[in-house]
Amino acid sequence: MAAKWSLSGALRGMFQRETITEETWDDLETALITADFGPDITEQLIDALRADVARLLVDDPKDLQRMLRERLEERFAEYDPTLSLQERPAVILVVGVNGVGKTTTIGKLARFLIVNGQSVVVGAADTFRAAAVEQLATWAQRAGSAIVRPEREGQDPASVAFQTVEAAKTHGHTMCIIDTAGRLHTKGGLMDELGKIKRVIEKQAPISEVLLVLDATTGQNGVSQAQAFIEHAGITGLVVTKLDGSAKGGFILAVQERTGIPIKLIGQGEGIDDLTGFTSHVFVEQLVG
Amino acid sequence: MAAFGSLSTRLTETLAKLRTKGKLSASDVDGTVREIRRALLDADVALEVVKSFTAAVRERALGAEVGEALNPAQQVVKIVNDELVGILGGESRPLQLAKQPPTVIMLAGLQGAGKTTLAGKLAKHLRGKGHQPLLVASDLQRPNAVTQLQVVGGQAGVEVYAPEPGNGVGDPVKVARDGVAEAKRRQYDIVIVDTAGRLGVDADMMRQAADIRRAVDPDEVLFVIDAMIGQDAVATAKAFQEGVDFTGVVLTKLDGDARGGAALSIRGLTGKPIMFASTGETLDDFEPFHPDRMASRILDLGDILTLIEQAQKAFDEEEAHRLAESIATDGFTLEDFLKQMQQLRKAGNFKQMLGMLPGAKGMREAIDSFDERELVRTEAIIQSMTPQERKQSKILNGSRRVRIARGAGVTVTDVNQLIARFEQAAKMMKTVAKGGVPQMPGMGPMPPGMRQSKKVQKQGKQQRRSGNPAKRTAEPAQPAGAAGSAFGKPKADGAFGELSSTDQEALQRMLGNG
Repeated sequence: MAAKWSLSGALRGMFQRETITEETWDDLETALITADFGPDITEQLIDALRADVARLLVDDPKDLQRMLRERLEERFAEYDPTLSLQERPAVILVVGVNGVGKTTTIGKLARFLIVNGQSVVVGAADTFRAAAVEQLATWAQRAGSAIVRPEREGQDPASVAFQTVEAAKTHGHTMCIIDTAGRLHTKGGLMDELGKIKRVIEKQAPISEVLLVLDATTGQNGVSQAQAFIEHAGITGLVVTKLDGSAKGGFILAVQERTGIPIKLIGQGEGIDDLTGFTSHVFVEQLVG
Repeated sequence: MAAFGSLSTRLTETLAKLRTKGKLSASDVDGTVREIRRALLDADVALEVVKSFTAAVRERALGAEVGEALNPAQQVVKIVNDELVGILGGESRPLQLAKQPPTVIMLAGLQGAGKTTLAGKLAKHLRGKGHQPLLVASDLQRPNAVTQLQVVGGQAGVEVYAPEPGNGVGDPVKVARDGVAEAKRRQYDIVIVDTAGRLGVDADMMRQAADIRRAVDPDEVLFVIDAMIGQDAVATAKAFQEGVDFTGVVLTKLDGDARGGAALSIRGLTGKPIMFASTGETLDDFEPFHPDRMASRILDLGDILTLIEQAQKAFDEEEAHRLAESIATDGFTLEDFLKQMQQLRKAGNFKQMLGMLPGAKGMREAIDSFDERELVRTEAIIQSMTPQERKQSKILNGSRRVRIARGAGVTVTDVNQLIARFEQAAKMMKTVAKGGVPQMPGMGPMPPGMRQSKKVQKQGKQQRRSGNPAKRTAEPAQPAGAAGSAFGKPKADGAFGELSSTDQEALQRMLGNG
């Protein structure tokens, strides 16, 4: 069985060496690229670290490790990762490309909010993919939340979203999470549909959060996904899923920096409690070791 | 056009520096290889594949003879492309069917790769080829995956074997084994086993996949992978190769804008062929994999490669010869115009090509705002003309123009604009053929006569002199300049109006090189 690749694992050997050599830099580059940071950020990081090392006359790889951690932490921590859910009901719209784990994230998020004393209703506005409604219903049941289903097959997702918010208001739910169908960000028509869903919801209540779900195994295409979703759906936060895989998710730094949208939640497992808030310190600690 | 400015621009810069040199030096090669390396990393090709790949390219490039047609940097790019197609394409093959039906196909991959949807697509594809597929629902993990497969099966018009409800209930290995037995009993000739998504690092789940493989003894194990995956493709592919030893690869979500470097990584590391590409939401968006298309997609070099191809072949030599001749004898016709346009379109993405042409850089904005459909419209207009009209544009009177407009589904103004533009081009061609420097539109003084379309239409009516076609052809031809002034020039502010100059420049260059 292939062992789980991790940045920390890859870096460990290198930080245990005596001094910083060219080989150290090569290894660092390899490690960062393998962690999906992409060629640009990798180059930036290495240039910055090289400058620091030269300036501070450091030659212990341990110090380099600390410097890398600090640099990354600083960059990851640039934005505020708190979810803003002050409205009542707080409406959360969840979007993303196909197969990133939107429905699963909603199940976990609903659970998380319920555990924290909220009353949640989820809306199955993914009326496109086969059996998506049932999948969400299963998660809603596990989380103990209410669910609004489409009244008929292929119903306009915007109307399901509308009914969900309506239900939240009439039944006094404090949180309202709306699932949408996965869509590739290159499909103009489907992206416009998101705009419509947003407009229709906003007739009822302001939207507190629009969360874009990104798969941690995604490569450099993540940035282009985020940009398209920002344009059409006005993303307010990122959720990174499947971090439990051998994935490293370095690309999310590029996404956060290029778009200015903070990473807010992290999903790392198939269990209902495997969702946590994003803290740059913890994240970088896990990443770099 | 975000992708436009990236690698193409950087490589063009490298190309510009190298244009004058005649031989490949080590530093030339290194410069180009560095850009290629970056492009591959941007396309999410696995680092170790990138390393061995660039090393191979470097070696080949250094030893390479520089051909007559290509400059050194182009030569390097060509080597890169050849290598890429070589790796991606090597042994593309169709599905291996069992001698003794049923043929068993097992699907495996990460969560969210698109296995269940693919199962439906594959089933529909095979059914279309006259097979009788049975889908087996062995994904008992993900909530309602079984239901999804049933719906997908319904859409594809194939049977689904789903004895267990799923959602964590039931034994996927048993379901898979029973499914194959069921297919044998009911004489289905193909069984497609959908399995749960699993992570390469999840030892238990990988063991389960291996168990399913052992239980059904598949003829094909297809590894389904998302084209958007990053560097993790390597670890995942290796894990699945060890776990289930897949026989082929399917790339999904290729309709997005990911470059799909994973294809190269997986092929480079495992040597397993990429067999299918999945390109959309409906069950018909499924096709055999095309290595050459993937190669230019990964490098995003379609435009440069097109130019290289052209540098080598230029125009169809004979065609160019004939064209030059015809222009020299003052016979540049609408037909030639159309042919050129079609040739350009065939050559690849017209917009990108224009951007690639040296000197066209300043016009990038105009190019960006250029609507490629405009070309289609132009083609339609010319194709609505009779052969005679194409040869002698001078006979195009008002009533002919009205007919053409109707035939092409455009307005008379559009037809008029096209003809004006054509005449301008014809004039320029003549100048070029005679060895003169053409006056570029937009640079010289604009001829007068920018009229409103209303007036133009009126003008058109006035010219409808005879209803008899025979009579009309017999009528004296309009003076050549008349169309230019009387029908107005193309809108100078319109994208196409501006583009026409680039367009002509392109044509001009081809003629020059041809």
